[in-house]
Amino acid sequence: MSLRKRINGSRRSPLAAIIVIAAGLLFSGGGFAVATSVVESNIATAYTADQIAEGKKLFLSNCASCHGLNSEGTKAGPSLIGVGAASVDFQVGSGRMPGQGSGPQLPKKTVQFTEEQIGLMAAYVASLAPGPAIPEDQYLEATGDAAHGGELFRINCAMCHNAVGAGGALTEGKYAPVLKGVSAKHVYEAMVTGPQSMPVFNDSNLTPTDKQDIITYLAYMDENESAGGYALASLGPVAEGLFVWIFGLGGIIAITVWLAAKSN
Amino acid sequence: MAGKDLEKSKEAEGFEHEFESGLAVISETKISDPGLAPHRVRMTDKSPKHAKNAERQVAVLFLLSVVGSFFALWAYVAFPITEDLATVRANNLWLGLGMTLSLLGIGIGAVHWAKTLMPDFEVSEARHQTRGSEDVRAAAVEIVKLADQESGFSRRKLIRRTMYGALALFPLPALIVFGDLGPVVGDSLRHTMWKKGTRLTKDPTGIPIKASDVTLGSVFHVIPEGLAEMHEHKLEEKAKAAVLLVRLNQEDLKEDEAKKSWSYDGIVAYSKICTHVGCPVALYEQHTHHLLCPCHQSTFDVTEHCKVVFGPASRSLPQLPITVDAEGYLIAQSDFLEPVGPSFWER
Amino acid sequence: MTTAVSEKKPEGALASTANYLDERLGVGSILKNFGRKVFPDHWSFMLGEVALYSFVILLISGTFLTFFYQPAMTEVIYDGSYVPLKGAQVSIAYASSLDISFEIRGGMLMRQVHHWSALLFVAAAGLHMLRVFFTGAFRKPREINWLVGFMLFILGMAAGFTGYSLPDDLLSGNGLRIIDGMIKGIPVIGTSISAGLFGGEFPGTEIVARLYGLHILLVPALILIFIAIHLFMVVIHKHTHYSGPGRTDENVVGYPLMPVYVAKAGGFFFIVFAVVMLISATFTINPIWNYGPYDPSPVSAGTQPDWYIGWLDGALRLAPTGLDISFLGHTYPFGVLIPLVGSLVFLGLVAVYPFIEAWVTADKREHHVLDRPRNAPTRTAIGAAGVTFYGVLWAAASTDLIATFFQVSLNQVLVSMQVMLIVGPIFAYIVTKRTCLSLQRKDREIVLHGRETGRIVRLPHGEYIEVHEPLDKFEMYKLVDFKDYRPTIVRPNEKGKITVGTRIRSALSRIYFEDRISPVSQSELNEAQAHDHSPAIEATKQEQLSK
Repeated sequence: MSLRKRINGSRRSPLAAIIVIAAGLLFSGGGFAVATSVVESNIATAYTADQIAEGKKLFLSNCASCHGLNSEGTKAGPSLIGVGAASVDFQVGSGRMPGQGSGPQLPKKTVQFTEEQIGLMAAYVASLAPGPAIPEDQYLEATGDAAHGGELFRINCAMCHNAVGAGGALTEGKYAPVLKGVSAKHVYEAMVTGPQSMPVFNDSNLTPTDKQDIITYLAYMDENESAGGYALASLGPVAEGLFVWIFGLGGIIAITVWLAAKSN
Repeated sequence: MAGKDLEKSKEAEGFEHEFESGLAVISETKISDPGLAPHRVRMTDKSPKHAKNAERQVAVLFLLSVVGSFFALWAYVAFPITEDLATVRANNLWLGLGMTLSLLGIGIGAVHWAKTLMPDFEVSEARHQTRGSEDVRAAAVEIVKLADQESGFSRRKLIRRTMYGALALFPLPALIVFGDLGPVVGDSLRHTMWKKGTRLTKDPTGIPIKASDVTLGSVFHVIPEGLAEMHEHKLEEKAKAAVLLVRLNQEDLKEDEAKKSWSYDGIVAYSKICTHVGCPVALYEQHTHHLLCPCHQSTFDVTEHCKVVFGPASRSLPQLPITVDAEGYLIAQSDFLEPVGPSFWER
Repeated sequence: MTTAVSEKKPEGALASTANYLDERLGVGSILKNFGRKVFPDHWSFMLGEVALYSFVILLISGTFLTFFYQPAMTEVIYDGSYVPLKGAQVSIAYASSLDISFEIRGGMLMRQVHHWSALLFVAAAGLHMLRVFFTGAFRKPREINWLVGFMLFILGMAAGFTGYSLPDDLLSGNGLRIIDGMIKGIPVIGTSISAGLFGGEFPGTEIVARLYGLHILLVPALILIFIAIHLFMVVIHKHTHYSGPGRTDENVVGYPLMPVYVAKAGGFFFIVFAVVMLISATFTINPIWNYGPYDPSPVSAGTQPDWYIGWLDGALRLAPTGLDISFLGHTYPFGVLIPLVGSLVFLGLVAVYPFIEAWVTADKREHHVLDRPRNAPTRTAIGAAGVTFYGVLWAAASTDLIATFFQVSLNQVLVSMQVMLIVGPIFAYIVTKRTCLSLQRKDREIVLHGRETGRIVRLPHGEYIEVHEPLDKFEMYKLVDFKDYRPTIVRPNEKGKITVGTRIRSALSRIYFEDRISPVSQSELNEAQAHDHSPAIEATKQEQLSK
């Protein structure tokens, strides 16, 4: 049988193959493009147009001077396109933003906006481009596996934040902050957005369950006091050494001065 | 002549030998020693009431110790340990405080007794010169000479020399048995688990990593495929094979021509073992693209093949050449092309 | 025929016990010779005791720990009460350490007592060493005892290091990793030593058990032997004493062993133990559960060794970048070797200092009266420089914590300390020497003219003077009884040659003794008193003061 006859005899249109291939390329290529820009599995919150408009107003009066009128970024502040609601919720919610002053790292300050206002600003920034969303409550409860969380924490987080989150130094005056007392939501958001020097821990690296386990571990450390007594800020041998010299040996020397002194 | 004056002979007994005083200045007009100061009478010496008070204080302290001992015994039983960590803290605290009181009472009591009630008259005791007297030294010399004579140690050269030889050599077998403490150092430092085609997987789960997972700004802690399931030599292999995986913008990477093929689409993989003394170089600063080692603060620049920019390390971190396989998973192209970790002699 | 042998039967329980022991051990003779031995009393003499008692506490608490700790690196799944580690794969050593902390009553307490006491042991030994140094107690006949004490300090560090590596946790494991890295860097034999120590590649399965053997057997045995030698020499030499009325190089002034010292020193043991116990009951130390089991991949921010190893870690941090050299096919990691060799050189200098000073002064007399630090300005200045050097290295181990705590740049902290390491000791030397000389001058002033009372008197001719209270002869003697030395000049020896040794010795003697303050002599004192107490001044003073 000739080739032509075989093609004519098939039930599918000759274009079908082309369409299938094109669709496949579109989906995989498009999916790939989306994947390389953002890999998050959060369900995007539906924001109303009103919320976005209110958020934009707040943005223009408080953020645009550094982040640009269209959030495109200026010399003073990076672009917010694609950073997602989670970034806003973390940065503004922890008081780091609005950023003031210069220095190697922007510190936490008093929170300047209400929860509602933060939500509106988050809505606006989320509307600019797809980005990490505010995490769902189910991942924020401390009901995960603290042991697994601890293992992940030691591998991914302890080198900057210390094995129990007591904080640590980075170069040139930057630092990884203390994690005690930080809300589960902010911990999650920080992992997912990678604020300042912190790397991004997307959901392929640490799945939402992994992140919940880490939150559970940190919650355990927060709630349970050290079993040996006061922890000396969990700073390790340096604190212990200073303590033994100042209070241990110092106290004993005070006693020896009494011991060797003549009695009245 | 300054420095060679001999001291005046000592009047104290037993200090018969006069030592040279070297550069010391012996003054002729030194202010003389007034002798021991008069004893200052304590209240407890003068007044029986104070003495009785002191006695009672000492007794109270000893009794407090008894209270402490009983308290500690009770605390051991009264604060059992359960699954709840707070019980450990409680047991530690109360048992410890009881023992503290038990010890402190005796200590302070004994010292207070000594200070207030025992005599505090200063007493002077004569020293004896450490150097023996001439008689003693002469006798010692005689004994040694006699021993030498009777043994013939000095005379008998053959015995002496062969003895030295024997004594020098006999410890050597004792040392050589420590030879099996460890294996002969082979090539182990030059090879890691990484081979052509080994997938990069997440630490500690061993789940393979796709290139698409590695987004800009993220850092993955990586172990070779197969390590997570190992039972023998797991940590030894991990101590050489641990890797850090980051993605940079291609234009930020300043790559050598020869090593351009080692990265994949801006994703680079470097050994996590610091080239200073071997700690994990785990801190990644997302914006400066610096890797910081927390032990001694060696800093490496990822944009320039992890060369050292600060700190005591000398060599850049070895780079693991990577690419992707057919399914998009990141794989190694080969083992590291140089030994990982700290410098060593044979490197 | 019977030979009459009179036997007095001892009466009473105490007497019969004493009799029993005397007939078998000769305790009577011991009591006679040692019972009333005189020991001088000063608080600074008790630092060595603190170290000794800490060691006893270590032995007691350590024995408890040996009943529960297992030095094996075999992996098990942790199944104890500590929730954040449940299911984790850990070594038996780590698991048994966790069990001691969380499952056994008193276990946490004994672990903490042991570790706190270890920190105290080395601290007290170090401070004791400084006291001995600054008072010149290492001079003849105690040079060998100085070396014994030095060995004890080193052994203390060894005991501590082997000890805290036993739980096989992340923090101490990284410490072992660093040691391994340093050892591997030693030329020629480094990799072989590393393989021998770890039984193969790092971390291996042998190291914890080997360190255990060192920690509970070899090192404590050596410490005990050296302590015995150390104390034996104190008995032979008798203890030193500070200068003062009635105190000479030929006597020792103080209190008798029985009963005063038995009570004071014995009581002090209980006090030291109580202090350690109090701290252990209330403060956490080495929370190994926070660090997790050792794994070559994770690491915690703030990775420092125990304080007494800190100076070595600091030395590693301060080494400048890029000191490794590759030459003829071999690598010389000077970035690691310089701190290593430098530390050994520093320790060596500490060990041989008494011999250097003895060589410079050529003073072969026995010294039993201690120097006040100000009266040996150069020695004190050298000591201050040494302490500064050690202190900068020690502080350098916590550069990252300093950076976070004071909110400064880590890099700037490090560079500042690199500068301070060189500048600090020089500065400390100069300032200390000048301060000592000034203090000596002040002492001279007080001896010659008495203490200022703050009371002003106006003399008939209009001059205002401040009334000085003269020292009584006992206070005065303390300030004038110190050794005075003079520098030597270079002289040819019998063969008419001036040797290099003589030149060096002369130069050193000038550094030591060129700037010096001599003690006040009787003639100077007479002159000063004649001046201060002229009849006119005395009369006016009496008149004014009686108003």
